Amino acid sequence: MDRFMSLFINPVLNKEVKLRFRTFKSFLGLFFYLLVCGIACLAFIYIESYLSYDSFTATDSRNLFMVLGIGQLGLILFMTPGLTAGAISGEREMQTLNILLTTQQSSTSIILSKLFSSIAYLFLMLIASLPLYSIVFLYGGVSPEMVMITFSFHLLTMLTIGSLGIMFSTLIRRTMVATITTYGVMVFLVVGTLILFFISLRFVMQQYTGPSGVTQGNHYLPYVALMLNPAATLFSIYEPTVERSLQSAGVNWDLWKGFITSYSIITIFSLFVSIIRLRPSTQLKSRKKKG
Amino acid sequence: MIEINNLTKKYGSFTALNNLNLSIDKGTVFGFVGPNGAGKSTTFSILATLLAPTNGTAYVNGYDVTKNPKQVRKHIGYMPDFFGVYDQFKVHEYLDFYGASYGVPSNERKAIIPQLLELVNLIDKKDSYVDVLSRGMKQRLCLARALIHDPEVLILDEPASGLDPRARIEMRGILKELKNMEKTIIISSHILPELSEMCDYLGIIEHGNLIASGNVGQIENQLQAQKILNIQVKNNIERTIAFFQEDPNVLQVERDEKTELLLHVSYEGTEDDQIELLRKAVKNEIPILTFTQKQSNLEDIFMEITKGDE
Repeated sequence: MDRFMSLFINPVLNKEVKLRFRTFKSFLGLFFYLLVCGIACLAFIYIESYLSYDSFTATDSRNLFMVLGIGQLGLILFMTPGLTAGAISGEREMQTLNILLTTQQSSTSIILSKLFSSIAYLFLMLIASLPLYSIVFLYGGVSPEMVMITFSFHLLTMLTIGSLGIMFSTLIRRTMVATITTYGVMVFLVVGTLILFFISLRFVMQQYTGPSGVTQGNHYLPYVALMLNPAATLFSIYEPTVERSLQSAGVNWDLWKGFITSYSIITIFSLFVSIIRLRPSTQLKSRKKKG
Repeated sequence: MIEINNLTKKYGSFTALNNLNLSIDKGTVFGFVGPNGAGKSTTFSILATLLAPTNGTAYVNGYDVTKNPKQVRKHIGYMPDFFGVYDQFKVHEYLDFYGASYGVPSNERKAIIPQLLELVNLIDKKDSYVDVLSRGMKQRLCLARALIHDPEVLILDEPASGLDPRARIEMRGILKELKNMEKTIIISSHILPELSEMCDYLGIIEHGNLIASGNVGQIENQLQAQKILNIQVKNNIERTIAFFQEDPNVLQVERDEKTELLLHVSYEGTEDDQIELLRKAVKNEIPILTFTQKQSNLEDIFMEITKGDE
């Protein structure tokens, strides 16, 4: 049990958290983020209450919630690569990695500590913004379960993009290249999968639509493309109508199930590669010998 | 304590280390000398479990560096040639972090950190941020960091590089204290005199090959195949030259540029041959005033054998 806990609570994590949160910059970042989010919420309510014909209704409240949820997802998608892609390569560039690798810390604990400490700041931002959701509750239209689902969704997205960032940071020597690569993958997940979805859906519709106008057979490509897209999946949770287009391609599995499965696999794979490759040569050599 | 057998490291077709064999006993200070790129840092990286060898084995305290890297790490303190520090840490926090990373319990860390800072003369900088320290201080702090878990073996890669003379002397003093503490130290430098003073044994490495190893005297013998005999005569310099040139062990006879009756004779015979040569010279009535062997300078020999790199 102690050994398991030491993977999560260890000197590397302590150090990272201490160094990251020690600066005044961190406090300022959080302050301005909450300020902007608060102003955005209040502005939304003001516009809907005073500038439209009806008062602020439960539907408006639901819309505000969706704006907040998708806005924070955008924040996660844009900040996580920057926070994680330098985690290992940055140590390498600072010439502190070699020393760290000669300590008793296992590769697993170093990688997990790096991941958790990198996303800790973002996590703090999310937690700190939770009270903003209470504004939404004032007007109704959203259940507490939905808030929890959104929060868990943000967390998984953060973990997955973060793990990808850590993996590229481990595999690529230069932080700049690792960061660009992680952003590239993130853009593919947000934009590329959407394009792929429309192309594949059009292809399926054209090729497999029978005379009755019903698509024949199960075609997974549009589903796979869309399940990798965090924005589309989050939107599908808010607006289940999105999934109808997928059902027309013959897939009835909820999009969020595919999202959770695929993102969990990506996270585990990325972390596994990072752990194996952190101390690459020695590990590979001993494996070869065992084989 | 350290056992290296046929250690080889290749990067594609480039051989960084070629069949290195070395055995270093407990409590020994072993100096590794060689020009830049000779394979010193490669050897150290392998011993520090940071690099896998292409061939061969290396053991630290009986543990194979490729099979039991975790055990090896427990027994070594490694100081790389280039290293960075976490600038936002204070000096004592820096040591505390590494102590914790090496698994030293909190109460032991509290006791050992002031002792280490005392050893490396940084006790008055305990609460300073690491980024305000001078290079020499950072080197000493890194040395203290390598000692935090009380390792038996210290692997120090160019610990005095880039230091001013005063900082070098301070570093040398600390190393002498560590030697007194019976640590096994393997230390590298590209400056030979620096090491020959403080090391029990030396190894000279070039192009990945260990070309000589042993104590200072043994290395001189291994490296110095030919010696220079300085012979001064009272007169008859031409006859003297002719006499020495006849000897089969004499490679070359040169006249000194300044002193007219002084000769420098390159000689490759044994000590007995040398005695016989002098006896013959006296018998042949060569008017010898002095007959001395030039005092060898280890650095000159080192420069001579590594001059191809310049």
